[in-house]
Amino acid sequence: MPSYTPPIADTRFVLDQVLGIDRYANLPGFAAASPDIVQAVLEEGGRFCAEVVFPTNQSGDHEGCTRHDDGSVTTPAGFKEAYKQFAEAGWMGLGAPEQYGGQAMPHVVSTAFEEYLISSNMAFGMYPGLTHGAIAAFLAVGSDAQKALYLPKMIAGEWTGTMNLTEPQCGTDLGLIKTKAELAADGTYKVTGTKIFISAGEHDLSDNIIHLVLAKIPGGPEGTKGISLFIVPKFTLDSDGNPGARNAVSCGSIEEKMGIHANSTCVMNYDGATGYLIGEENRGLAAMFIMMNAARLGVGLQGLGIGEVAYQNAVAYAKDRRQGRALTGPAEPDQKADTLFVHPDVRRMLMECKASLEAGRALMLWGALQVDLSHHAADEAERQAADDMLSLLTPVIKGYLTDLGYEIATKAQQVFGGHGYIREYGMEQYVRDARIAMIYEGTNGVQAMDLVGRKLPRHGGKAAMALFGLISADIAGAKDGRQAELAGKLEKALGELQAGMMWLMQNGMKDPNNAGAAAYPLMTMMGIVSLGWMWLKMARAAQAQIDAGEGDRGFLDAKLVTARFFAERILPDVGALRRKLEGGAEAVMALPVEAF
Amino acid sequence: MKVLVPVKRVIDYNVKPRVKMDGTGVDLANVKMSMNPFDEIAVEEAIRLREKGAATEVVVVSIGPAKAQETLRTALAMGADRAILVTTDDAVEPLAVAKILKAIADEEQPGLVILGKQAIDDDSNQTGQMLAALMGRPQGTFASKVEVEGDSVTVTREVDGGLETVKLAIPAIVTTDLRLNEPRYASLPNIMKAKSKPLANKTPTDYGVDTTPRIETVKVSEPPKRVAGIKVADVDELVAKLKAMGVAA
Repeated sequence: MPSYTPPIADTRFVLDQVLGIDRYANLPGFAAASPDIVQAVLEEGGRFCAEVVFPTNQSGDHEGCTRHDDGSVTTPAGFKEAYKQFAEAGWMGLGAPEQYGGQAMPHVVSTAFEEYLISSNMAFGMYPGLTHGAIAAFLAVGSDAQKALYLPKMIAGEWTGTMNLTEPQCGTDLGLIKTKAELAADGTYKVTGTKIFISAGEHDLSDNIIHLVLAKIPGGPEGTKGISLFIVPKFTLDSDGNPGARNAVSCGSIEEKMGIHANSTCVMNYDGATGYLIGEENRGLAAMFIMMNAARLGVGLQGLGIGEVAYQNAVAYAKDRRQGRALTGPAEPDQKADTLFVHPDVRRMLMECKASLEAGRALMLWGALQVDLSHHAADEAERQAADDMLSLLTPVIKGYLTDLGYEIATKAQQVFGGHGYIREYGMEQYVRDARIAMIYEGTNGVQAMDLVGRKLPRHGGKAAMALFGLISADIAGAKDGRQAELAGKLEKALGELQAGMMWLMQNGMKDPNNAGAAAYPLMTMMGIVSLGWMWLKMARAAQAQIDAGEGDRGFLDAKLVTARFFAERILPDVGALRRKLEGGAEAVMALPVEAF
Repeated sequence: MKVLVPVKRVIDYNVKPRVKMDGTGVDLANVKMSMNPFDEIAVEEAIRLREKGAATEVVVVSIGPAKAQETLRTALAMGADRAILVTTDDAVEPLAVAKILKAIADEEQPGLVILGKQAIDDDSNQTGQMLAALMGRPQGTFASKVEVEGDSVTVTREVDGGLETVKLAIPAIVTTDLRLNEPRYASLPNIMKAKSKPLANKTPTDYGVDTTPRIETVKVSEPPKRVAGIKVADVDELVAKLKAMGVAA
């Protein structure tokens, strides 16, 4: 049976020592986020996740969701009770506006909590996760009346939300949407069509489900320019705002999937269902992208969350399991064998996991802080800078962190040897659950194309230049100190990344396939350099604490050792990726289709 | 009726304690600390009494280092109304704690004082009993059920032979056992509210109590490592071994 302990000390180290969130105490939400409150929130929230949600993870995976003949769906045993406790304890409202019943904590704090929820049970966490996405869309484009009607219930966790984009004939290419919304005499719309892969589309956890549905109003522009967004509640609301008549939306079937069994993935049929336009007509895709961007960061967090819990279990197993002897001679001669920890290759796997996870958490929380700054920073320039940085790194956080999440889950599984392949040990579930994060919310290939095609060239590459400026400044600041070696290695990797980008700019225009073939290695390079940057920040923060005689010495020393490992064993990959990228599209595209 | 609940900040029950190299005590540097689990049960019981209408106010008190404030905030987040922190860096012993609590009870005049039966760090199991003696009031220790009716409280006690039920006149002292209740998780709104609930800062001197330790710890050591057992072939060999060890005649 797996176990899980929320990594609160690591989270706090990033929040307090690396990001220094106390510097933002003047911004809305941050004043309430004093260290003692953040500690209390993370402690109690983490305890709730580990003690109430985590026990439903393995059983939920085994049982899965069940669709009944009447179209209703039940979640696995224990989910309803755990969700009820989750909602009643107010966790849904952690980062939501006070005006609608939330606690208005900074996004960086709610993100830290959500990591614990995902590690405890990713499939469970998706029900509130999708609701968060829907809340973000209401806040961004909803009318005041719509916000007042729906948000308090969603923030209280009484109603959940979904996002409906995909149809059988269109996934990545939303211009092909067929679902139509016809204006009725009373100003509402009749929504008709079929949506697939709708996470949390139907279940028994909440009193109502608020579907946000992309559809076309007949007669509108062709392609993505004619898409609008509609609110389609499972139960339309009565005059008091309570769930009333059953709407003409139903779950046709649920998918049998590789992982996240406990989350219902539904085919949703809309048969003239009553819908309400949210946001402007034909501007639905823009509204949906607000949800998508938030969701992509959330998916990156899933990579981190699953990686963390898998890693924790691999560490526990490696400490306990005795096989063979250390290459240098028995480490514990009084035992029949040494623990797995003496074997350099097991160490390699565990260190790769640890070095990626801790920097991944720092990058994730740094990204979440940019979300806060993009909304609440004091002046417009600062808000814009945070927004540019966030939009540049969103595909990297989604793409690279979910690649890592899967890689870490398989490495953690590998540490278990044969037992990793046995269901009872729980490791194969993490491998299966982690896999989807690389696929949904835009496959990682799509993320790489978004980075290369849209985010890097935006405003003449301003955001990338700004990011490199920040990294260079940290390198310069560390050059003479005790982290000089790490800074030097990061500088080299940054140079390789910049050279790779230069090659892309020069050769991508000549042949667009060069850009397409370079996209993935470039995304990975940016991911590695970003994590290296986070390690430089963490190592400097740890050193500063050591020098000041503060903190837990063992914890801080471990940061320095892990930073060195990252610099020596992971950063060099950037050079190899650059050479791969500079090979161009020729070798990728040369083989004729018939030869496959 | 007011309920007074003393809570102690102790090493977290999940942490495996390490003895200091010099054998003077348990190493608490950078170790996770939490509310004593028996005290958590006491806080929960007091809040339930208030929710049932049997109590009107729950006051929590902690005696210990400044960081015990976190423990009090935890109790406030669970739902206690206000807190008193008596700061001292001395290792607090049951008698000194009982004297301070007596002074606080004289000021606050609670109908019930509910304490954990013991703290998991020193396992003394004395404070509640000493407090009852100092106050000259009845005590119901190791409670697995507490019912307040008018000016008396009925306490079901977990004793060696089973359950014993006692009826005490209020004011009374109750100490909690494990099965009394299951403490709640603090809700998020209550965690946020806890920060603004009143917390009074006091010192032992305010209550005229000297907390200088009266007990000298001679030595703290790890429990001996268990050595492997021996397999015996049959009952005769077992008996022979027991005889040889001098535990059977």
